Amino acid sequence: MLEFIISKYNFWIYIILMMIGFYAMIAKTNLVKKIIGMNIFQTAIILFFVSTAYKSDATLPILLNSQGHGAGHHAAEQVIEVSQYINPLPHVLMLTAIVVMVATLGVALAIVIRVYRDYGTLNEDEIIKAIK
Amino acid sequence: MIEQAPALIVIIPLLCAVLSPLVGRIGKNVGYVWVVLTLASSTIFAFITLKQVITHGVVHYRMGGWLPPWGIEYVIDHLNAMMLVLVSGAALLVALYSKRSVEQELPDKTVYFYTVFLLQVTGFLGIVITGDVFNLYVFLEVASLAGYALIAIGEKGAPLASFRYVVLGTVGACFYLLGVGYLYIVTGSLNMADLSNLLPALYGSKVVLVAFAFLLVGLALKMALFPLHVWLPDAYTKAPSTASALLAPLMTKVAIYVMLRIMFTVFKPYFSIEILPVTDIMLWVGIIAIFAGAIMALAQVDFKRMLCYIIVAEVGYMVGGVGVANAIAIKGTILHILNDVVMTLGLFAVAGILTYTMRQHDLSDFKAFFKKMPITMAAFVIVALAIIGVPPTCGFFSKWYLIQGAVMAGAWSYVVALLFSSLVNVILFFRIFEIGYEFHASHDAHGFDHEVSQVIQEAPLSMLIPTVIIAVLIIMIGLYNQPIIAGIIQHAVPKL
Repeated sequence: MLEFIISKYNFWIYIILMMIGFYAMIAKTNLVKKIIGMNIFQTAIILFFVSTAYKSDATLPILLNSQGHGAGHHAAEQVIEVSQYINPLPHVLMLTAIVVMVATLGVALAIVIRVYRDYGTLNEDEIIKAIK
Repeated sequence: MIEQAPALIVIIPLLCAVLSPLVGRIGKNVGYVWVVLTLASSTIFAFITLKQVITHGVVHYRMGGWLPPWGIEYVIDHLNAMMLVLVSGAALLVALYSKRSVEQELPDKTVYFYTVFLLQVTGFLGIVITGDVFNLYVFLEVASLAGYALIAIGEKGAPLASFRYVVLGTVGACFYLLGVGYLYIVTGSLNMADLSNLLPALYGSKVVLVAFAFLLVGLALKMALFPLHVWLPDAYTKAPSTASALLAPLMTKVAIYVMLRIMFTVFKPYFSIEILPVTDIMLWVGIIAIFAGAIMALAQVDFKRMLCYIIVAEVGYMVGGVGVANAIAIKGTILHILNDVVMTLGLFAVAGILTYTMRQHDLSDFKAFFKKMPITMAAFVIVALAIIGVPPTCGFFSKWYLIQGAVMAGAWSYVVALLFSSLVNVILFFRIFEIGYEFHASHDAHGFDHEVSQVIQEAPLSMLIPTVIIAVLIIMIGLYNQPIIAGIIQHAVPKL
């Protein structure tokens, strides 16, 4: 059991983080705390993606030998072992996802400011009371 | 130029959205003309692409010349060629319609409204056109973010409604992203066609099953499928009329398109029918959504809120139609996507005219509308008949296929749900017609003699013409449903 948890620890961490975020989104009454929960939720997914790219004993996917024009011929002869390099694609995807996250955060905070102007509070219970 | 048409469909509204704050400074009406021209050119390219697809078959467009599966590929087959024309055409009609309504509701924000409006359309078009699951996520978020902003600038209470939508919409998008991540772990690919080739060997894998579940639940949140619909009624009721006329017909339908894409293109149809029998679950969720949407619509006194619950029921139609899982029902579902965009657009256009003239949108505001606005109400009657499903309007034919497919599959509960919802729609709309005919509902509680104006005060032409065009389209689609099915939809139905 312990073996199982340790060998897949990145998945456990991402799920625990995600559940913390989910809990905050559901249980917290303060709207800003809900947004913080939302952000933790999204960050957990980013950690998940990035951790899938990892390989033990691998390095960054930069071909040092192919620098310059003269070395191009030499580099083509070298065998490139895939297992020596981590997968760069999940990182690139997550750069895009981070941009999306920042935009979501910005829109959400702007909306919260509007909510505060309307009701004078950020507590959901008080807002619901004010509506009724 | 023509071979670049698929890219131009998305790039034109994107670039023009960025430029529109600058263009809007020139003059008051320039921004409006700019949006209309932008969407008109997008629509033209969408039609060119549709014509290419019909004559030459599937169009592949490689972004920047990179070969798939490494590069991002736009793939346009019959299904999304139809969706492209539908989205850009509907957006063009809403843009034409928007002028007076936006001037009244958002007098000092018109320029920014139109900027976000164009970004919203860009998001929809991007979702529909792309052949890459991660690219689809990005466009899904572009569309959602623009939608949050459009809703938040509405009437009182809109920011709170929008906030709830932000929270739930983000969860939906994150689930979709997680599903994409799981698929990437096992296949190493993000291209839909490539995934479809790689996945069948892995259908037993638990990772693939979990990925499929995450994708569908994420999309169900975006399409407001019944238990996950809670964000929709508030958001679309309180959004500005133009924004709800754009979002309500398109957001849910685009999400249903993505669901069809995931179920029948990324995964093979037999996966969701036999290996993981989600279609059975979808059938029942659809039935529950239809009943719940119809019953909750009956309880509403606000016209726009009533329409929102009709949308919840309509989503149930389409999800249930996929759940029936035979070729006829799926043909009906795809035809219903087309019809539902046009019908919902018509309903929200009328809601916009109601808001424009009465400054609110309760059912009782329709009083004496048949006398005041005969043309608007004539259009409204046609749209209402289409929603009920009276031939020769388009709503009849898609319901016909859905029911025919359900009878063949023996899904009688779905047939009952469809008929029940049609009957409820009869009650909903004839109640409004009755209110609309009350010309002399004078002596109210205060004894005032409300002299209901006898003069015709039609809606402004810029709102009236698009509404009439929609009514005409509803009848035209109904009359020409056979050519549409034979030419486009027949090819979009997956081989089961």
